[in-house]
Amino acid sequence: MNDAVEVTLRAVGVLAAFLVLPLLVGQTEHKVMAHMQGRLGPMYAGGFHGWAQLVADGVKFVQKEDITPAAADQRVFRFAPAVALVPYLVAMAAIPLSPDVVAADLPASAVFVLAVTAVGILGTLMAGWASANKYSLLGAMRAAAQLLSYELPMVLAVASICLAAGSLSLSGIVAAWSPWWLVLQLPGAIVFLVSAVAELQRPPFDMPVADSEIVFGAYTEYTGLRFAFFLLSEYAGIVVMSLLFAVLYLGGWHGLASDQLGWLWTLLKGFCIAVVVIWLRVAWPRLREDQLQRLAWLVLVPLALAQLALTGVWVVVAA
Amino acid sequence: MTTTEGRRELTVGMGAGGLATADMVLNIGPQHPATHGVLRLRIVVDGERIVSAEPIVGYMHRGAEKLFEVRDYRQIIVLANRHDWLSAFSSELGVVLGVERMLGMEVPERAVWARTLLAELNRVLNHLMFLGSYPLELGAITPIFYAFREREELQAVMEEASGGRMHYMFNRVGGLKEDLPAGWLDRVAYAVQAVRGRLPDLEALIVGNEILEARTRGVGIVTPETIAAYGVSGPIARAAGVDMDLRRDEPYLAYGELFADSGPGRVVTRTAGDCLARLEVLLEQVHVSLDLAEACLDRLRTLPQGPVNVKLPKVLKVPEGDLYTATENPLGFNGYYLVSRGEKTPWRLKLRSASFNNVAVLAEVLPGNLIADMVAILGSMFFVVGDVDK
Repeated sequence: MNDAVEVTLRAVGVLAAFLVLPLLVGQTEHKVMAHMQGRLGPMYAGGFHGWAQLVADGVKFVQKEDITPAAADQRVFRFAPAVALVPYLVAMAAIPLSPDVVAADLPASAVFVLAVTAVGILGTLMAGWASANKYSLLGAMRAAAQLLSYELPMVLAVASICLAAGSLSLSGIVAAWSPWWLVLQLPGAIVFLVSAVAELQRPPFDMPVADSEIVFGAYTEYTGLRFAFFLLSEYAGIVVMSLLFAVLYLGGWHGLASDQLGWLWTLLKGFCIAVVVIWLRVAWPRLREDQLQRLAWLVLVPLALAQLALTGVWVVVAA
Repeated sequence: MTTTEGRRELTVGMGAGGLATADMVLNIGPQHPATHGVLRLRIVVDGERIVSAEPIVGYMHRGAEKLFEVRDYRQIIVLANRHDWLSAFSSELGVVLGVERMLGMEVPERAVWARTLLAELNRVLNHLMFLGSYPLELGAITPIFYAFREREELQAVMEEASGGRMHYMFNRVGGLKEDLPAGWLDRVAYAVQAVRGRLPDLEALIVGNEILEARTRGVGIVTPETIAAYGVSGPIARAAGVDMDLRRDEPYLAYGELFADSGPGRVVTRTAGDCLARLEVLLEQVHVSLDLAEACLDRLRTLPQGPVNVKLPKVLKVPEGDLYTATENPLGFNGYYLVSRGEKTPWRLKLRSASFNNVAVLAEVLPGNLIADMVAILGSMFFVVGDVDK
C-alpha cells in the first residue's frame, strides 16, 4: 500500500514539474526576448507583468477547434502529439534535482534519458508524414535528418562524462563531479549544448519548423490542443536538456548548503542554460539544413571524439 | 558540402546517397509567410532542390493604369503613391515631375529642396523596412524591432509635415501641399542624428554575423547580363556592379547639385551580385541618404521664406504630347509614361514599377538552389507586391 502511495506521489510530482517548468521557461522567453528587443512582452494577463499569459494561451488552445485534415492519416495524425510529448515527461522523471529529489533513480539514467528523448523525433516524423501536406513532409524530413545526425555527437559527449565519472547514473555523475570538469569537459559541454539546441529544433537550428520557408514544418496542419502539445513538448524539451546540462556539466546540486538547497541549485543552473537557449533565438538567424549537417559531421562529431579520447587518457593517467 | 558548378550538394551526412527521387510541385504563396504579400511562386522541387521556378503575379492587380485615365492629375497622385506603399513619396514625385515638365512649370526652390529631403527620408524608411524584414526571413527575429524603432523616429517627422504615415499625399503639381511646420527642420535634424547614432546597433546584428553570411554569401547571384536582360534596377542592380542611379545619371529635383563632385551624394555599388551584396548596398544607401537629408536640411535653413507651390488653375490641363519621367525610387526605376491629349485627364499613363522587373528575374536565379535559399533570394529582391501587381 505504501508503495502505491509513493509511486502516485512521485508521478504527480513529475507531472506538476512537467506542467509548471515549461511554462516558466516559456514566460521567461516572452519577457527576456521582449526586453532584448526593446519591448515589454505580455503585460495584461493575470495582472502582474502578464504572468498568466501562457495559462491564457492554454485556455485559448483548449477552446479552439481540433481539426484533422480530410486527407490526413487520421490515427497517426492524432497520435503524433502524444509521441512527441510523453518522452520528455518520462525523461523528466529520471533526472535528479538532488540525491533525494528524484522520481526514479535508475542505475543507468544517463543512457535512459538520452534514449527516451530520442523517441520524440518520431512524433515530429509521424506528424509530418500523416499531415498530407507538402510543407509538413519537408519539415518532417528536415527534422529526421537533423535529429538523427545530432544524436551521435550528443551521445559521444555524454559518454565522455560517464567515462570521467565512472558511472552511467546521473546521480553518480554528479557525485563524482569536480570543478575541473568545467575546463576538461568544456569541448564536450559545447558539443552537448549545440546538439541539444539542434535536437530541440530551436534557432539557429529551427529549419524543421522554419516559418518563413515551410510555414511551420510538420506542425503546419495542427490546431488547438494538439498544436499546444507540440509547443509544450518544445518547452519541456528545453527544461529536460537544460537540467541535463546542469547535472552533467555544472555539477547539479553542488553549491552552498547543498544538503538542504541542492535541488534549487540544479534548477537555477538549468534555468541559466534555458536563458542561454532563449538568447540564441533572439540573437541569431537560422542555418540551412545542409550547413547544419556539415556542422554536425565535420565539427561536432570529431570534437566529441577528441573529447572522449582526452577523457580516456585523463582517466587512465589519473587512476 | 561540395560546390560544383555553383550548385550546393547535400553530400555530408547522406549515408545512402543517390536515392531515387520524384519531382514535387510546391506552391509558395499566394498566402505564405515568406512572400510578405500575395506573390505566388510555383516551384518544382527535387527533394529540397528547386528544379524550376515561375513567379505568378497579379493577385493584387488593381488596374492602377486604367484608373489613372479617369482621374485628374490631383487625384492621380492619390493612386500613384499606393502601388509601392513603402515608397509613397517617391512615387508621387514621378507624376508631378512629369506634369510639371509638360506644363513647363517652374517649381519654387524651397519646394525642390523640401521634396528632395522628403524623398531621401522616404528612401531611408523603405530601406529600414527591408533591413528588418530580410533577417526575419532568415530566421533572425530581432533586427525588425531595431529597424522599426528608427522608422518610427523618421515617420514621426514625416507625419508632422504631411499628416500621413504611409501615403503622404504631400506633393502637388507645382510644389508641395503646404509649407513645412515651424521648427520642423530642427526636429528632422534631431531625428536624422538619432537614427544615425543608433544604426550601428542594427548593423551589428546583421553584418558580420557568421550565420547570416553563410546564408547569403554566394547565394542567388545575379549577373550584369541578366540584369540587362530583365531590366532589373535599383539596389539589386547596383549590388551586381551595374553602376546606375538616376539621381546621378539623369538628375531631377536637387540631385544634380547633391551628386556633383563635391556633393555628399554617391552611388553605392558592390560587385558580387549575391544576397549579401544586396543587403550591404541597402545598408550603405541608408547612410548616404542620411547624408543627403542633412545636406538638404542645411540648404533649407539658408533659403529665404517663400512659397512652396504654384497657384494652379481650377481645371488643370496638360498640353498635348507625351513624356516619360523616371525617378530613382528606393527599389529601382519608377517611370510614368504620360500621354496627354490636352484634357484634364491623361489619355494614357503607363506605370513602370521597379519590383515587377526585379521579381521577374527570380525564374532565372532560383533553379538549382535549395528551398531555404529560395527564401534568402526572395527576400533579397526587396520587392513590394503592390509594386509588382500595380
